[in-house]
Amino acid sequence: MTKEGPDLSGQGFPEAAEPENPYRQFVADFCESKLAVGGFVVFACVALVAIFAPLVSPQNPYDLAQINILNGTMEPGSTNSDGTTYWLGTDDQGRDMLSAIFYGLRISLGVGVMSGVIAFLLGTMAGLSAAYFGGRLDNLIMRIVDIQLGFPAILIALILLAVLGRGVDKVIIALIASQWVFYARVARGAALVELRKEYIEVAYCLALSPRRIVLRHLLPNCLPPLIVVGTVEVAHAIALEATLSFLGVGMPVTEPSLGLLIANGYGYMLSGRYWISFFPGVALLITVASINLVGDQLRDVLNPRLQK
Amino acid sequence: MIVFIIQRSIQSIVVLFVVSILVFVGVYAIGNPIDLLIDSRATQAEIDQAMRNLGLDRPMWEQYFVFLGATFEGDFGNSFIYNQPAIKLILQRLPATLELALSAMLMSIVFGIPLGMWAGLKSKSLAGRTIMAFSILGFSLPSFWLGLMMVMVFSINLGWLPTLGRGDTVAVFGVGVSVLTWDGIRHIILPATNLGLFGTALVLRLVRAGTMETLSLDFIKFARAKGLSSRRIVLVHVLKYILIPIITILGLEFGLILAFAVVTETVFSWPGMGKLIVDAIRVLDRPVIVAYLMITVLIFIVINFVVDILYSIVDPRIRLGGAKE
Repeated sequence: MTKEGPDLSGQGFPEAAEPENPYRQFVADFCESKLAVGGFVVFACVALVAIFAPLVSPQNPYDLAQINILNGTMEPGSTNSDGTTYWLGTDDQGRDMLSAIFYGLRISLGVGVMSGVIAFLLGTMAGLSAAYFGGRLDNLIMRIVDIQLGFPAILIALILLAVLGRGVDKVIIALIASQWVFYARVARGAALVELRKEYIEVAYCLALSPRRIVLRHLLPNCLPPLIVVGTVEVAHAIALEATLSFLGVGMPVTEPSLGLLIANGYGYMLSGRYWISFFPGVALLITVASINLVGDQLRDVLNPRLQK
Repeated sequence: MIVFIIQRSIQSIVVLFVVSILVFVGVYAIGNPIDLLIDSRATQAEIDQAMRNLGLDRPMWEQYFVFLGATFEGDFGNSFIYNQPAIKLILQRLPATLELALSAMLMSIVFGIPLGMWAGLKSKSLAGRTIMAFSILGFSLPSFWLGLMMVMVFSINLGWLPTLGRGDTVAVFGVGVSVLTWDGIRHIILPATNLGLFGTALVLRLVRAGTMETLSLDFIKFARAKGLSSRRIVLVHVLKYILIPIITILGLEFGLILAFAVVTETVFSWPGMGKLIVDAIRVLDRPVIVAYLMITVLIFIVINFVVDILYSIVDPRIRLGGAKE
C-alpha cells in the first residue's frame, strides 16, 4: 500500500490518531487494482449511454417513422438503401440493434438501480431496527430473513411474478422482495458490532433520541459493508430482471429491456442470425461484469480485516 | 438435537401454511381463469357450468379450505390445460430436473474443488489469477444467455451436439434416465454445463478462500515441520479442513441449481418441471402453479433441514437450537 503523507490541510479535524484523509485514502486503495478502475470506467460509460440513450443512439428504435420492416434482420455492418450503416445489424422489425441496446440498457439499469435503492433502504432499516431494538422484533425479523435466505432469489422473484403477473412495477416489487434480506442481514451484523462501541454509549448517555442515534450515528458507521452488498446486489438485480424477462414472466413487451431483446432474438438464432440475441447479451455481460469488478475491489478496500 | 428437530418441524409447517395462504390468495387474485379457458362465444349457462365443475363459484375462503384439505392428500386439482392431475404432471417431470441438477452439481464438484485448491495454493501466479478471473465471469455471465450461445456454437455452428430435448431414456425402476444412453449423454452435456458453471464458480471461490486461510494455520506449519510431503499436506490435511464449509454450501448450491434449472430447461427445452412452471405461468394454469410452488417450498425446507443437521455433524462446535449469537 502506498502511504501518503499526513493530510492535515483537508477538511475535518486533524486528529492525531487519523492523520490521513479517509476519502483520499479510500480512492488510493481502490485505484490499486487496475481491473477495478477499468470496471469503474466501463460502468461509468454504460451508465452515461443509458442516461443519454436518445442522444447517442443512431435512431429511435421505437419510433415507427424511423424504422422500415424492409431492413429486417440485416447483418452487422450492413448498409441500407439510405446509406445508414447498422453496425450491430437489425432485428426482425428493421430496428437498429445498437439503438435498441442503448434503449434497453436504460430500462435494465433503471429497474436494477431503482429496486436496488429501495431494497437497500428497506433492508437496512429492518436490519438496523432489529439490532437496535433487539428482543422480539429482532427475533421476528431475523426469523423471516433466515427463512427467506433458504430460498434462492430467483425462486422468490419467480413465485411473486407467477402470482402478480407481468409488469414493470411488479418486476421491481419482485426484485425488492427477493433482495431486501441481504441488506437486512448485513446491516444487522454491522450494527451489532457498532452498538458495542463507545461512541454509541456516549450517544446513549447524552440521551439522544433512538431515531437520532440510529440515523446519525449508527447508520453512517454501518455503511461500508452495505455499500459492498449494494453494488453486488444491483448487478444481481440487473441479471435477474433480464432472466425473468427472458422467461417471459418479467417486463411487458412495451418495455424492451435487454432480457426481452435477447428473448426476441432466440427464435432467429436457430436459423443462424445470431446478432439479435448476441449483442444485447454482450451489453448485459459488460454491465454486470463491470459492476462486479468494482464490487470485488470495494469489498477488499472496505473490509477492516484486510486493512494493513 | 431433538429439540432442534421439533422446533424446526413446527417452523416448517408454519412456513408451508403461510406459503399456502400467500400462493392461494395471490393466484386467486391473478384473474378469473374462466376467461382464458372458455370460448368467448360460450353462453352464460355454459360458463356457469364450467365454473361449478372447477369449483370457482364458491366463496374464496371455502375454496381455500377445499384447497388446503386436498393439498394434504397431494391433490392440487387437474391442470386447466392438460386436464390431468397437476401433481402427476409435476412428478412426471421431476426426474428429468433432478437428473439435470445432479449432473450439474457433480460437474461443479469435479471442477470446482481442484481448480479452487490450485488457485488457492498458487494465488499469486498467472494460473491462479486466471482461474479467479474465470470465476468472476462465471458469476457475471447471465446463465440464460450463455446457454443460448452454447447452443449457437456447439449445436448450430459446429454441429457437435443436439440442440434441444432430452434424447433417448432408459427406464430404471419405471423412471426415465438419460445418462445411461449415448444419445441421452449427448443431450445432457450442454444443459448440465450451462447449469453447473455457476456452481463451479461458487465452489471454486469457496475452496480457494478456504485453502488460503488454512495454509497459514498452525497445524499446517506443524505438518510441514514434521517433514510431510506437500502432496500429503494438501490432499489430506488441507482438503479435510476445507471440506466442512464445502459440504454445507453444497446443500445451498443444490437449491440454487434447482431454482436455476427453470432457466436452463427453458433454454434447452429440457422436459423438466422448470419448463412446466414457466409455461404454466404464461397461460395461468393455476393448479400447476400452485402444485409447483408447494412442492418446491417443501423440497427447499427439506434441503435446509438436512443442511443444518449435516452442519452440526461435521462441525460439533455448532450448537443447534437455542444457542444465540
